[in-house]
Amino acid sequence: MKHRLLFTGKKLIRMVLLLLGVSLAAFLLMSASPLDPLQTNVGQAALGSMSQEQIAKLEDYWGVNDPPVQRYLGWLGDFVRGDMGTSLLYRQPVSRVISQRLQNSLWLMAFAWVLSGVLGLTLGVVAGANRGRLGDKVIRGYCLLISSTPTFWLALVLLMIFAVWLGVLPIGLSVPIGVDAASVTMGDRLYHAILPALTLSITGVANIALHTREKMIDILESDYVLFARARGESKTSIVLRHGLRNVALPAITLQFASISEIFGGSVLVEQVFSYPGLGQAAVTAGLGADLPLLLGITVVSAAIVFGGNLIADLLYGVVDPKIRRGAAKV
Amino acid sequence: MEPVLEVKDLSISFTQYQGGTRCRVLPVIRRLSLTIEAGQVVAVVGSSGSGKSLLAHGILGILPYNSHMEGELRYRGEPLTPRRAERLRGREIVLVPQGVTYLDPLMKVGPQLRGGRRDVQAKRQSREVLARYGLGPETEERYPFELSGGMARRVLIATAAAQSPRLLIADEPTPGLDARAAGRILGHFQEIAQQGAGVLLITHDLELALTIAQKVAVFYAGETVEEAAAEDFAAGRLRHPYTNALWNALPQNGFTPIPGSQPWPGEEGSGCPFAPRCPRRSAACAGDIPWRIVNGGQVRCLYPEGGEKP
Repeated sequence: MKHRLLFTGKKLIRMVLLLLGVSLAAFLLMSASPLDPLQTNVGQAALGSMSQEQIAKLEDYWGVNDPPVQRYLGWLGDFVRGDMGTSLLYRQPVSRVISQRLQNSLWLMAFAWVLSGVLGLTLGVVAGANRGRLGDKVIRGYCLLISSTPTFWLALVLLMIFAVWLGVLPIGLSVPIGVDAASVTMGDRLYHAILPALTLSITGVANIALHTREKMIDILESDYVLFARARGESKTSIVLRHGLRNVALPAITLQFASISEIFGGSVLVEQVFSYPGLGQAAVTAGLGADLPLLLGITVVSAAIVFGGNLIADLLYGVVDPKIRRGAAKV
Repeated sequence: MEPVLEVKDLSISFTQYQGGTRCRVLPVIRRLSLTIEAGQVVAVVGSSGSGKSLLAHGILGILPYNSHMEGELRYRGEPLTPRRAERLRGREIVLVPQGVTYLDPLMKVGPQLRGGRRDVQAKRQSREVLARYGLGPETEERYPFELSGGMARRVLIATAAAQSPRLLIADEPTPGLDARAAGRILGHFQEIAQQGAGVLLITHDLELALTIAQKVAVFYAGETVEEAAAEDFAAGRLRHPYTNALWNALPQNGFTPIPGSQPWPGEEGSGCPFAPRCPRRSAACAGDIPWRIVNGGQVRCLYPEGGEKP
């Protein structure tokens, strides 16, 4: 137990360092960007009609002339106290924007994550167990095709088929248009999330299935599977008793590592479907030079991805007897 | 009584792709013949890379998909077809593999020993068979990585002995063990043979094999070059020059090496594969070499030791 706590503690320290690094990198990139927050947010025309004093006041308010180090440290100091600042674009506290957006996105991403994990694992196991046969060829062909397809393009194709031609699914947004926010039902939200979630899962499946297939083939070529065959175990029994058991560990790693891919994919997919999620907010913040919002989103998403990997590491300790029993002995 | 296993002119080859499209057939075992009687320990001795393990896999019918097997296999008087082998393996014909990597690393020893059965009887049986090899009931709860090398070997033997086999194939069961532990492991095989099973001991260790085997088949580059009774070795009645060289390379017999090395599969030309290293070779050795009986043993050599010289 002590070992496990120490391990978690070390990981958490690493997480803090990582978040520091990520926020600093994002900040530096933003300060190096040629976008002028004043121009993008106030507008060229409005800026032209302002007096020098007004501009100076605005610049002062937004801290344009403060040195970068001071601005970063100021942001960091507030962040540590729990204040993520105010979004320039949304005129709301960053924390509120993020929590709203995250709620929308989380549904989408959780659905895509679970679906791609379950489907990817199943397809990978089936393909690996039937290596070289028709089923394997079909699954592999599908995976290679999908992984070489850009996500946004796939999103557009699905949009065209299901929303435009067939007209069975909504064309965008997360809620119906012209409906009072209070009367939006859970069903409405799910209905609007189907297409973006499907797009995300379809691309997520390919990667997981191909990796699982590779792992399954390794397992089926291992000494212990050879011995299981020598002992008269049937193919099905080998796949179920030895294959699934040994594929579980890499599957955990894959599944939690895929969080970052789902996150990255959601940025593009939400853009295509005008889905008001975190990914879309990140794009808007980046293009609008909304530094506080972008930094907030960067840190939160990095924390979620890191958290996923941390969970995978901790699960390893529970599932893998070598770590579980090895740690118990120390 | 019928022999437990008869192998006649067995050949195993692999189909290999070279450069993507060109296909070649790689012979790994050629013209292998062997007979095992019930209660007998027969050792197959050869250096690494001579195709010994494939012999075991061929008998069990678990060769890889790109391999091809020819020749005659008879188990207890009847042909051992792939379907029959599938029915018998793990029950009457059992394998004792090399080491701990042949156990599922994520499964406890107990369930592996029981092979999927969960009833009370299976549980009692697995305890008994572990106890027979000096392993306590706590072994069932261990994972393979928690076993020592010797314990892992005993667990592997236990998996075989749990089935009361008629034919036991042990594939290199002793490497990595010290002489005493290896001797104990071989003692277990002898015991199983004394209970009436035929034991095929595949090993590179001639000295160790001679401690329990009644008959030794010597393997060189995928061919059996000699089948001799165990007494023939100490008595100096060996026939094939390679067997002789192997015997003389043992530390207590002079530690004499011979130059050269075994050809790789596909490298050997026609005729005797040992000819390039043989002190007794002649031009005729490049031709076909018959399998013949000399002094009560069998040999594949034109000029066996003790016979005429070229």
